[in-house]
Amino acid sequence: MADALLELEDVEARYGPVKALNGVTLSVGEGEVVAVLGANGAGKTTTLRAVSGTVRRAGRIAFAGGSISRKSPEAVARLGIAHVPEGRGTLTELSVRENLRLGAYVRRDRKGIREDERRVFGHFPWLERRGDQRAGTLSGGEQQMLALARALMLRPKLVLLDEPSLGLAPLVVAEIFRIVRELNEQNGLAVLVVEQNATLALEASTRAYVLEVGRVAVAGESEELRRHESVRRSYLGY
Amino acid sequence: MPLAFDWTQLAQQTVIGLASGGIWATLAIALVLIYRSTGVVNFAQGEMAMFSTFIAWSLVHHGLSYWAAFFLTIAISFAAGVAVERTVIRPVERAPVLTVVIVTLGLFFLVNGAARWIWSPETRTLPNAFSTRPIDVAGVAFSIEDLGNIGVSLAAVGLLWLFFQFTKVGLAARAAAVNPEASRLVGVRVSWMLALGWGLAAAMGAVSGMLTAPALASFDQNLMQPVLLYAFAGAVLGGIESPLGAVVGSLLLGVFVNLIGTYVDWIGNALRLPVALAVILGVLLVRPGGLFGRAAGRRV
Repeated sequence: MADALLELEDVEARYGPVKALNGVTLSVGEGEVVAVLGANGAGKTTTLRAVSGTVRRAGRIAFAGGSISRKSPEAVARLGIAHVPEGRGTLTELSVRENLRLGAYVRRDRKGIREDERRVFGHFPWLERRGDQRAGTLSGGEQQMLALARALMLRPKLVLLDEPSLGLAPLVVAEIFRIVRELNEQNGLAVLVVEQNATLALEASTRAYVLEVGRVAVAGESEELRRHESVRRSYLGY
Repeated sequence: MPLAFDWTQLAQQTVIGLASGGIWATLAIALVLIYRSTGVVNFAQGEMAMFSTFIAWSLVHHGLSYWAAFFLTIAISFAAGVAVERTVIRPVERAPVLTVVIVTLGLFFLVNGAARWIWSPETRTLPNAFSTRPIDVAGVAFSIEDLGNIGVSLAAVGLLWLFFQFTKVGLAARAAAVNPEASRLVGVRVSWMLALGWGLAAAMGAVSGMLTAPALASFDQNLMQPVLLYAFAGAVLGGIESPLGAVVGSLLLGVFVNLIGTYVDWIGNALRLPVALAVILGVLLVRPGGLFGRAAGRRV
């Protein structure tokens, strides 16, 4: 990992008096898809929130060589980290097109934004047809795709993807992961994905971390982890 | 019951009602802006508008024309609104609603006191923005001032709408109001969007104050207190969360209050304000969301 894009070292985070991370150390390389697995309450979501600055955190977090451990969420987004939060973070009161425009809010390159809009419509053709529809009226799967599309409009270097499969039909989930893989292969997009569905996450990622009570319990190549005895038993169910 | 109903009078009184309603609408919009972004009714909105009106008076007093003072005052009020948010509201941004309400009440007395301290308590006048001559439309005489007030109010509201609907910052401000968390994640500086909302609200309030004052024979520091109540009633009638509702509600209220004052003898001029209060009470009892608000059920 000579050129890690994102590095967390001994990161702690708390919600009020409750400590959610007890010193997490992990990294995401350029163009890498990394998965974070773990039971409910292990700190998966909090790990992403620590990166994007939506939870109080301590420890070292570096992105593209600079420290971001004290940066606000809006400053982190401006550096090119797009966080697709659990529950999707779609702006339900706004139209589909407004959601996409907002995704590109911090960018100034009109031409690039139009290009990316076309690219996003290439991945999600139905978005274009339904541009004027209020995002809140979309189905769960559509909102998840819109949230991802909105994240891509930032032209991010790294996407933080939180539980993309939550509450969605298997076909929709497969579609979302296919698109993530495509983006990674075509554009070298780095992705840090948190996922309950370990089978899916290990298929989509090159490396993975398993969290237990707020710290990394197991780490390694996704291939390896799939054969790992305790990971298999605890998270893959066979 | 008179045999021939006086349609001319009805048309005239309706336009007069629309003129007041339009002025209330600009202040009602200010209330809605703050309510949507900060989550409270800004009790100081009227006093801030009064302060703006006194600034306009000072500018006119120093030789500026009404319209030059009008636009300069809007700019100053915008900056002052932003400053008020940064200094007074920002420290309580995350505090409970009641705390923020009390801060706006404090602001009410602060602004009122400051205006009394700066400007001596004599009565003042602001020149008429429009000719007071009547104009003949289809055989009915209307006052140019009333039509002008309707035009300026609607123009101000329209410009605000264009800003929110068609500019990037406007979009970000809307997003920040409905979903601050998700807005932060796309890089919107939510806290500054709040300040922007206060600035715009102060600017809209300035418009309402500067349209209110010339119609009065003279005005003092209590100028905007009834206007705030009417604006609040209009906003509640339309739905306190809906900008369109605030405008329609204020216009309806303006016409209603004026017609009922004209045609119901015992209400006349004296009981107009209680009528507005009755409207607030009635709406809150019968349809708390207002005409354009979403009926009951809030997202949780």
